[in-house]
Amino acid sequence: MDNATNDSFVIVGPEISEAERIARPKVSYLQDVWRRFKENKMALVALIILMLLGFMVIFGPSISGYAFEEVDRTARNQFPSLKHWFGTDKLGRDMFARVCQGGRVSLIIGLAGAFISSVAGCLYGGISAYLGGKTDDIMMRIVEIIISVPYLIVVILLSVVLQSQGIFTLILAMTLTGWCSTARLVRGQVLQIKGQDYVLAAQALGVSPWRIITRHLIPNVLSVVLVSITFDIPGYIFSEAFLSYVGLGIQPPNTSWGALAAMAQTSFTFYPYQMFFPALMIALTMLSFTLLGDGLRDALDPRLRK
Amino acid sequence: MTKLLEVKNLSKHFSVGKNRTLKAVQDISFSIDRGETLGLVGESGCGKTTCGRTVLKLYEPTSGQILFKGQDISALTGRDLMSFKKSAQIIFQDPYSSLDPRMTIGEIVAEGIGVHFKYSEREKQAKVLEILAKVGLRDEYASRFAHELSGGQRQRVGIARALAVDPEFIVCDEPISALDVSIQAQIVNLLIKLQREQNLTYLFISHDLSMVRHISDRVGIMYLGSLVEVGTSDQIFSHALHPYTKALISAIPVADPDFEGRDSRIKLEGEVPSPMNPPSGCKFRTRCSYASDICSKEMPILEEIEPGRSVSCHHWRDIAQS
Amino acid sequence: MDNILKVENLQVSFNTYAGEVKAVRGVDFELRRGETLAFVGESGCGKTVTAKALMRLLQPPFAEIKPQSKIAFNDEDVLSMGKKRLRQYRGDDVSMIFQDPMTSLNPTMTCGRQIMETLILHKGITKAQAREEAIKTLELVKIPDPEKRIDAYPHQLSGGMRQRVMIAIALACSPQILIADEPTTALDVTIQAQILDLLQELQDRLETSIILVTHDLGVVANFADRIQVMYAGQVIERGTVEEIFHQARHPYTWALLSSVPKPGRETKKELYSLMGTPPDLILPLTSCPFAPRCEFCMNICKERMPKETTLSDEHRVSCWLQHPMAPKVETFYERQA
Repeated sequence: MDNATNDSFVIVGPEISEAERIARPKVSYLQDVWRRFKENKMALVALIILMLLGFMVIFGPSISGYAFEEVDRTARNQFPSLKHWFGTDKLGRDMFARVCQGGRVSLIIGLAGAFISSVAGCLYGGISAYLGGKTDDIMMRIVEIIISVPYLIVVILLSVVLQSQGIFTLILAMTLTGWCSTARLVRGQVLQIKGQDYVLAAQALGVSPWRIITRHLIPNVLSVVLVSITFDIPGYIFSEAFLSYVGLGIQPPNTSWGALAAMAQTSFTFYPYQMFFPALMIALTMLSFTLLGDGLRDALDPRLRK
Repeated sequence: MTKLLEVKNLSKHFSVGKNRTLKAVQDISFSIDRGETLGLVGESGCGKTTCGRTVLKLYEPTSGQILFKGQDISALTGRDLMSFKKSAQIIFQDPYSSLDPRMTIGEIVAEGIGVHFKYSEREKQAKVLEILAKVGLRDEYASRFAHELSGGQRQRVGIARALAVDPEFIVCDEPISALDVSIQAQIVNLLIKLQREQNLTYLFISHDLSMVRHISDRVGIMYLGSLVEVGTSDQIFSHALHPYTKALISAIPVADPDFEGRDSRIKLEGEVPSPMNPPSGCKFRTRCSYASDICSKEMPILEEIEPGRSVSCHHWRDIAQS
Repeated sequence: MDNILKVENLQVSFNTYAGEVKAVRGVDFELRRGETLAFVGESGCGKTVTAKALMRLLQPPFAEIKPQSKIAFNDEDVLSMGKKRLRQYRGDDVSMIFQDPMTSLNPTMTCGRQIMETLILHKGITKAQAREEAIKTLELVKIPDPEKRIDAYPHQLSGGMRQRVMIAIALACSPQILIADEPTTALDVTIQAQILDLLQELQDRLETSIILVTHDLGVVANFADRIQVMYAGQVIERGTVEEIFHQARHPYTWALLSSVPKPGRETKKELYSLMGTPPDLILPLTSCPFAPRCEFCMNICKERMPKETTLSDEHRVSCWLQHPMAPKVETFYERQA
């Protein structure tokens, strides 16, 4: 050791605070989620597509300059052109404007349906699991009964009873049965979290049940619910499309992607573009939400944190 | 010394499925003096954790009485119950599942303070930092999440959470069994130091006898829901009377390659029977080398053979003589 | 004695968002036929990662074994094995048992099936033969009435029994090396003693080489032939059991030795305790990694990495205290006396 001095071999003792230093930068929960979400390129692309779709649906009609119900008898069944980007239908209405309007309806139904059923399911499942025992048993049997009723019957009955087939009826009919799966999911999650030591520790500290629910249970269930909402949205959009397609859904003059596809069905062989655009939108939206949900699930799961 | 906690004939049964009960804790009695540590030792499934949680009113007892400072805790309500919860705290085994992954360390420690003290936000923060310092964690940890910490550090957060409400009595439920040996000593020393400073009383639950003897004044050995032997640490370790205690002691690995006693070790054959379906008479008889006819017919009672020293075995006199 | 496994300059890194975590930083060792080698250290010191690297169980691209690393099994390069040879190697030549017997057994398959599957896969025998073999293996690991237990599902068995089944699966193809990763940590004390006795007995009978990974020096005292103490991804001291227990030279080894409670010591006395936490392996280590926790830390320890000093055939230590200019310190043994 040529450059070692006597000073080098003087015992200076440990520096415990140095040993306990944190080497990694502080990362907040959301930053961490975003970092992992970004790693999933597919989910990122899906998010961008959804944002574009949202933009198109909101601002599309004002860009193209046509109103969706505006009839132009001189321009019927025109193929896509610079004037009419997606062509026109058999009444001469601009397809682009109609697809945008249909998208509004479809997306509102998807978002609202998923949101309402998630909130209802969360409350129901959460209460059921937290109270436990007999209450839990009874509440879950009720869910099983509701889940066994085919929703098509509910839709038909509702539209007869309410004598209307608007957006509101559709959302109501679909959420009436839709919350059940979320309720089951949330119940399972809450039961699992309820058994964790940190909830027991809060009980031992005398923390009130309300605070335990809001501070411990909900934040830990939230990520699962968020993912389930994302997965539910395409389901609602598809159900709406299906109902409109068979004529139980949105009625003219209003429209949705499903209704548009149904309209184009008769003249599909001659004017395939009338079918193509709404179908493309449905497919894109559903695929994007599913990919987004996948990405979110991976990003929000604390167990995957590395 | 005054008795801080007295447990009389405590039983806790869980119903599992139809008409089946799991007798997790059966008719056990003990007391802990103020400032004392009682070690509770047994293998997994012996009911020691259930016992610790029932004592804290986290579970309702099936029968029996628990007196805390002379008051029956099952009768506590309202303000009295809150003051009991402030006085009696718990530290958990698993430092991973005992901390909420969505909360920062500061929030975790502050939770109890918010419940029991009327502090301003600033006072609360000051108290959190003070307690973190007490368990040897730097200020910067307060804003971190549990997953950023090592096992030993997390366990110190668990201790800090319990300490934050200035308790008198802490149930330590296997606080060291999930940690590395080198870190175990850290935690045990911390607990001993805190006990000296604040005159804390511990119920120290563990399956590891070697650490229990270091922290406990008295030790109780549990087997399948019952106490089989109680005595001071020295009595238990130097003059164990129950065959199960003897076996537990000789199973402690000795960190010495030249250790001679290895071959004379009492080896326990077989496993702990299921608590759903315990053997008749003495529950330990299926693994006991002293077992005789009487053991399968009659259940031995926990008899006090001298003040503060009890054993529950038909053959303890023979064992004491040999 | 001949070497069955030779590891040179093993380096393993994990790629995380915060950067590269160098979990194993240049580990060399060899394993001899029929011996037991123990890896001892705190969690996060790289002992499990080293063990998994030997089996090539680390998942790329998250985990990466650096190209300069060499693992040779009977002079065959493990790191360049093809898929087919690797499958054979895992099970036939080397097998591993894990800490938690609950999660490492498949809950939907009977224990017997899980043993038979290994046998059929590796030995290419018929089902009936495999069943017979499986019963024999269960007998070997001393499971009472194996003819009945062979049809039991893992959840029907206790923790100790499950660990025996794990050992049975690992030994089914009579491998030459058994890697036991904290095999007794999740078990009760009385069961722990049973499992260790079983492993010892099986080793004597089958002449398997064992690598025992543990954080508890107490466990290895009567079991291992040689010990490697690991810290921050490096081997900091190695030697025979006697050398490590009676002539250890590294302050970290002393600390580990002192942490084990001794029978007959005064109660309620403060235990020796190692303060602090091992370093985060994301940090580049240019000086002795143990320096911040070491009570004999010198100025040079904070500046430069110590070199390995050879003390005997087996005994080697990396510590600046071995330098001729270093002061004499009171060792663990002098303190004990």
